[in-house]
Amino acid sequence: MKALRRYIDKIKPQFEKGGRFEKLQSTFDAFETFLFVPNKTTTSGAHIRDAMDMKRTMSVVVIALVPALLFGMWNVGYQHFLSQGEATGFWPTFLFGLVRVLPIVVVSYVTGLAIEFIFAQIRGHEVNEGFLVSGMLIPLVVSPEIPLWMVALATAFAVIIGKEVFGGTGMNIMNPALVARAFLFFAYPQDISGDKVWIADKADAFSGATPLAQAAAGNMDQMPSVLDMFLGLIPGSIGETSTLLILLGGAILLVTGVGSWRIMLSGFAGGYLMGLIFNLWGANTYMEIPAYQHLIMGGFAFGVVFMATDPVSGAQTNRGKLIYGFLIGITAILIRVLNPAYPEGIMLAILFMNIMAPLIDHYVVESNIKRRLRRVKVKAA
Amino acid sequence: MTRITKLKKGLDIHMVGEASKTVRDYTTGQFAVKPTDFSGVYPKLLVREGDTVKAGSPLFFDKYREQIRVVSPVSGTVTAIKRGKQRVIEEICIHADERPAYESFGTGQPSGMDRDAVLAHMLKTGTFTFIHQLPYAIVASPESNPKSIFVSAFDTAPMAPDQDLLVEGEGEAFQTGLDALGKLTTGKVYLGVSPSRNRSKVFHEARGVEVLHFEGPHPAGNPGIQIHHTDPVNKGEVVWYLRPADVVIIGRAFLQGVFDATTLVALTGSEVREPHYVRTLRGCSIEGLVKAGVEGDNLRYISGNVLTGTRIDRRGYIGYFHNQISVIPEGNHYEFFGWALPGLGKFSVSRSYLSWLTPNKKYRLHTNLNGGHRAFVMTGEYERVLPMDIYPVHLLKAIMVEDIDLMENLGIYEVSEEDFALCEVVCTSKTPVQALLRQGLDLMRKEMS
Repeated sequence: MKALRRYIDKIKPQFEKGGRFEKLQSTFDAFETFLFVPNKTTTSGAHIRDAMDMKRTMSVVVIALVPALLFGMWNVGYQHFLSQGEATGFWPTFLFGLVRVLPIVVVSYVTGLAIEFIFAQIRGHEVNEGFLVSGMLIPLVVSPEIPLWMVALATAFAVIIGKEVFGGTGMNIMNPALVARAFLFFAYPQDISGDKVWIADKADAFSGATPLAQAAAGNMDQMPSVLDMFLGLIPGSIGETSTLLILLGGAILLVTGVGSWRIMLSGFAGGYLMGLIFNLWGANTYMEIPAYQHLIMGGFAFGVVFMATDPVSGAQTNRGKLIYGFLIGITAILIRVLNPAYPEGIMLAILFMNIMAPLIDHYVVESNIKRRLRRVKVKAA
Repeated sequence: MTRITKLKKGLDIHMVGEASKTVRDYTTGQFAVKPTDFSGVYPKLLVREGDTVKAGSPLFFDKYREQIRVVSPVSGTVTAIKRGKQRVIEEICIHADERPAYESFGTGQPSGMDRDAVLAHMLKTGTFTFIHQLPYAIVASPESNPKSIFVSAFDTAPMAPDQDLLVEGEGEAFQTGLDALGKLTTGKVYLGVSPSRNRSKVFHEARGVEVLHFEGPHPAGNPGIQIHHTDPVNKGEVVWYLRPADVVIIGRAFLQGVFDATTLVALTGSEVREPHYVRTLRGCSIEGLVKAGVEGDNLRYISGNVLTGTRIDRRGYIGYFHNQISVIPEGNHYEFFGWALPGLGKFSVSRSYLSWLTPNKKYRLHTNLNGGHRAFVMTGEYERVLPMDIYPVHLLKAIMVEDIDLMENLGIYEVSEEDFALCEVVCTSKTPVQALLRQGLDLMRKEMS
């Protein structure tokens, strides 16, 4: 380690102002702080600081996403061989998925980080760690059949328009990964919706419809079993299918305190309640499916656990988080069941509530202000 | 049946190096008064280098509130007036005489005096400067009329001195000080006591005050928190607050007619060989204390506690309002993959480091920032350590954009840096919370005057 440290100290001056590579200062700094926590000490205020920093926070989220990613890789292979009618072992299945998924992950990270590094250099900031999570989320919410250039384009759009124009990590209004997905959804609908894209190299005769599509079409007899949906043995976006492993990731977020339990809990509660309301209404077969099944179909669980809990684009007050999560749950199921144009509603529900979050917070904060003003009035009276 | 206000939010930081209850005497010839200790005071000097002063002689006054005079804690010769950037006066150094000489102000029994007489005596003796006020968390303005006065009898900050010990044997002076404070307000004098931390009769049997009971982790012992839960500051109102050791000095000014700044100081921190208490005068140099008493040389010396204290060097001086010295290791080293390690020994409120499995472990914390400064990302962190009905991040953002109305609406009159110190400690984005809050408080004060 000492030798590495000495080497870094030796080459550092070249990256500083006036040095040969001063244009790469942010990039150098990003790698240096990645390898070593810097020697910067407190200069004002409290003399001691918590060991938690943004790198740690974001890594926890990335770790929480790994189970869903690994399962997604395996499932891509599994669905492929299932459609072909072939039976293969675990490793060939996983390997097929790995070859499919890894390039998407790499393209997403390379595109996004390159843009982040450039912006950090222009702005004279340190490189923000936020994209470490977005870069992982994007591959997990696209179809395994997505062309790589589309991943690059969507990522670039999300980072620039979804985040950097607002000022970078911490300033964005909407979740960048969802912006990427929404971009694909509206720009290239044939590559991210319909029945053809959810299974890699699907045999033509095989129906590739997701449970959501089956339910929307009213083909209740062709729905997969509840266990399959919970475990994730269904076609869908790469990382969204296994509710079990998403919940495992959610547990990591909750134990470490990085994800908000308020948003997760109220999100699931909202979705479940909306399911129940549809059960009561019961106008068609879709409305009649048990409410809990809504929570394990499609991207609902993934959205609530990993997307809605984004602290930057979500509600910031504790009470606001409860309302925000609850409305995401309600809206997602509402769109899913009532709007035939959108088989899945979670993406639009979260993006919509991202926009509404400041409004929710505004009213929560306003009630605090009112309490303070009332205090004066009670005294005056 | 006494009502106990139980505060759940907050955080006790367990650190190695709490002072044992041994008290030793400590004398030194080197003293200094630092005008920067006096928040909200613009110093105008009354002494020059070479002047001789007595304990109680005024050193400087506030340019905008001329009644506020800061006096010397010791008799001797002014040896230097040190200035910093933009000629800000940093230290008025005094070399102490062998035998102390005191300015004589005449004695008095505050219970038999009226408000004006009590106030005049405190201003004359310089003891009034011990009183701070909300709003703005500055040295109080003598012309303001506080609706109540708060004294917190316990300190919950890391390794904080035991306040019971600080008033031991000073019962009469403490009570006299309280009597004086009682004359200054038309409302009540509140004494915030923690049943689990305070055993001293001096507090439990204090007369002429309303005793409040608080329990909870830091910052439960901060007067600002106690004010918020008892008699919150609204726009246009003023509340005064001070610490017990300062009440004792006020009491002495009435009983003995002199400014006697003798007090106990806790020498604490993981790098101190034998953490203990010393009896000394405010403003003394710590050089003699730390010369032989500490381990290593890459250290940070802090006058006060690790959350709000002032950085001094090893020849520095104890602050005018401080009863504690903290010595902790500097963190100016690189740590290979420090952010990625499991972190069994790392202090963090988040449970992303494994150290949450050992909640009672005492830490040897250093001064590394542990990361780079970022924009606000995480939410709900500050709220967990701030037991106030205030939205801290929204308030800080209002300060950033200098929105006066919003700052007022969000409760800027109720807060001080020490109450927000824990927010700064736990911040993932390493936001300089206290400096930012001070900026807001100063801006607000300027706008309102």
